[in-house]
Amino acid sequence: MSIVRPYGDTTGDGMVQLSFTLPIPHDKRAEGAAIQLANKMGMDPAMLVHAKQMGDGYTFFVVYGKVTHLVDTDKVQVVERDFPLLSAKEVNAAIKRRLRRRLNVVGACIGTDAHTVGIDAILNLKGIAGEKGLEYYSELSVTNMGAQVSVPELVETARERKADAVLVSQVVTQRDAHLQNTLAMSAAFREALPAGKRPLLIVGGPRFDELMASELGVDRIFSRGTTPREVASYLVHALAGGAQ
Amino acid sequence: MHGKLDLDATVVARARELAARAGQPVVDLARSHTTVSVERAVLRLAGVQGADPDGIPWVNRLVDAVRSDVGLGHGVAVPVFHAMAASGVEDVTVLAQKAAAGSVRFALPEKKAELTAARRRARRAATAGLKMIDRRRSERDRLIKRYGDPKQRPWIYLIVATGDIYEDIPQAQAAARAGADVIAVIRSTGQSLLDYVPEGATREGFAGTYATQENFRLMRAALDETSKEVGRYVRLTNYASGLCMPEMATMAGLERLDMMLNDSMYGILFRDINPIRTFVDQRFSRQIHARAGIIINTGEDNYLTTADAVDAAHTVTVSQLLNEYFAHEAGLADWQLGLGHAFEINPEVPESFRLELAHALLARELFPDAPLKWMPPTKHMTGDVFRGNLLDGFFNLAGALTGQGILLVGMMTEAVVTPWLSDRDIALQNVRYVLNGAGNLHEDFVPGEFIRGRANQVLSEAIDLMERIVDDGLLNAIADGTFGIMKRPADRGKGLDGVAKQDADYYNPVTEGLE
Repeated sequence: MSIVRPYGDTTGDGMVQLSFTLPIPHDKRAEGAAIQLANKMGMDPAMLVHAKQMGDGYTFFVVYGKVTHLVDTDKVQVVERDFPLLSAKEVNAAIKRRLRRRLNVVGACIGTDAHTVGIDAILNLKGIAGEKGLEYYSELSVTNMGAQVSVPELVETARERKADAVLVSQVVTQRDAHLQNTLAMSAAFREALPAGKRPLLIVGGPRFDELMASELGVDRIFSRGTTPREVASYLVHALAGGAQ
Repeated sequence: MHGKLDLDATVVARARELAARAGQPVVDLARSHTTVSVERAVLRLAGVQGADPDGIPWVNRLVDAVRSDVGLGHGVAVPVFHAMAASGVEDVTVLAQKAAAGSVRFALPEKKAELTAARRRARRAATAGLKMIDRRRSERDRLIKRYGDPKQRPWIYLIVATGDIYEDIPQAQAAARAGADVIAVIRSTGQSLLDYVPEGATREGFAGTYATQENFRLMRAALDETSKEVGRYVRLTNYASGLCMPEMATMAGLERLDMMLNDSMYGILFRDINPIRTFVDQRFSRQIHARAGIIINTGEDNYLTTADAVDAAHTVTVSQLLNEYFAHEAGLADWQLGLGHAFEINPEVPESFRLELAHALLARELFPDAPLKWMPPTKHMTGDVFRGNLLDGFFNLAGALTGQGILLVGMMTEAVVTPWLSDRDIALQNVRYVLNGAGNLHEDFVPGEFIRGRANQVLSEAIDLMERIVDDGLLNAIADGTFGIMKRPADRGKGLDGVAKQDADYYNPVTEGLE
């Protein structure tokens, strides 16, 4: 059966619950507005089960009701990540098994960009959104060069540390600085190191288009919302032949 | 409330003695070094204000200029005030501007009389800054007298973090009206690694709002209004951490902030800031906090987010003991020690709640006069907001049952979104229910063998670890990864280039006034 509806306590009843806030004080009109929203969202009939004013001009509502929509599970489209998302334990185990040494990562913000927020979120132990950064992974050896690192410095450090992967963060996008800097960086690595010796080049930042990797001469681009675990999983996928 | 765990007084004394032995060499280190941020804090107190057109504060420009001429080891006060006399500049900010333009050079006074005069002028300027902090402190005392403290313990601590100070203000005021006793403005991600303090009111940040002196002032003024309205003094919190820790403490004192996050090792372990830089900055910032009557909040909760909350429970105790030692040494009184700990045991672990009670009660009884800061679950919060709300209820109950001083309100949407208005309202309702219904339950709560045994076990593990730290040296222990899992050697980490050994003629008029 590919057509389904939500389940409350009886097959096919279509019941859902919903909570939200409207920026108006609590009165009869506010309750009507809440029902109207629920109706427009496809809940019919909608039962307002709770309304509570918060502060001066806001009201919180809980609504239960029947939705009129059907969903067709055959028509669900899923975009698959091209590498599996691993836990920290799996990442460490895969590196240990495949590389038999720690994987070296060098990270930096290049150019005049002083925003280390991205690179720190990914690399620092503190991490982001409840996920620890790459420093947390025992099998990753992380060098965070910080902000305003020049391309030659980055290449030199990557060489010195025998970097398997180089992570570059670019937040500032004025006059396409993020694209220019990335191009300069990838060109410098191509010039300095032969193909087999080049580290994996990864850039990240909120304004990158993830599809531009080959155009910019890098192996991977990560955009807004990327977490350290995704980066670690990708490193394993690209450098340690995946988790298997 | 005391003595429920039958802690052996000689064991507790032993723990404190070990903390002092572990901490003493670090204090010696802090007393014999200075940092760019300590010197900038001195200049802020001496009256340097504002920033250049690129937003770099004049204190940074001035310290950099002095440093390139005579180094940092003498302290900046004497070269700066000597240059003022020599160049005839009256205003220290003007001097900074001239120095940045290259029209003033710095040198050490050659004659004894010049040295004495420069020190005297520096002392006068710094004392004026410290007096301002003193005035802020008495102002706070007056306002607390007028509006009163919160009626209940624990104080209810809520976070705002929109990135825009003008959004933060109405949110903070609404939170205070809804029952919050303490408002914390979370800083923008990455501010801890900036080696300067941004200037002015700010409207954009990453997952938080930049800490600036103007933002401090705006928020404090708004909460003063709200304090009057709700009839209780609403406290304001920010962060004295990161590379500008001493300056943050100074600005907090000048703008009458009431609490500051200020941990002895957080920056080292979680931000890879150089250990020596951290300890030097920390001692100065704690001396300022002591003077300003600010309550510090330490960051032990962070250990439990990286390590297992049962296995690593004793590392929290060790860190609390070290934080207490460093705080007392810097002049802070017990009532100013918001030592941290957290409700982070995996709820799937059998008896998890009883273990939480054991740990919370241990902290309570080890530090009976400190307003402990009790931090909500984060690590085991999932997108299941219903379960999250239940977990927060148990967290609140543990707080009430073990007499915690400051309760950071947990959000059921932890790990999902930054709190919505309704999340905060539901979270406060949760706290109110528990405190109304069971706020005095600690009177009836007598722990049995399980809780007493667990607390004593954690204490003895803490003592074992402390003995190892004393043998090894605290800096080596940090370098070896004893805390958390990070190895942080003393010659690595951010901000090391901003550290200098004090020369024999080092002079710091602020430290002189604070010691």
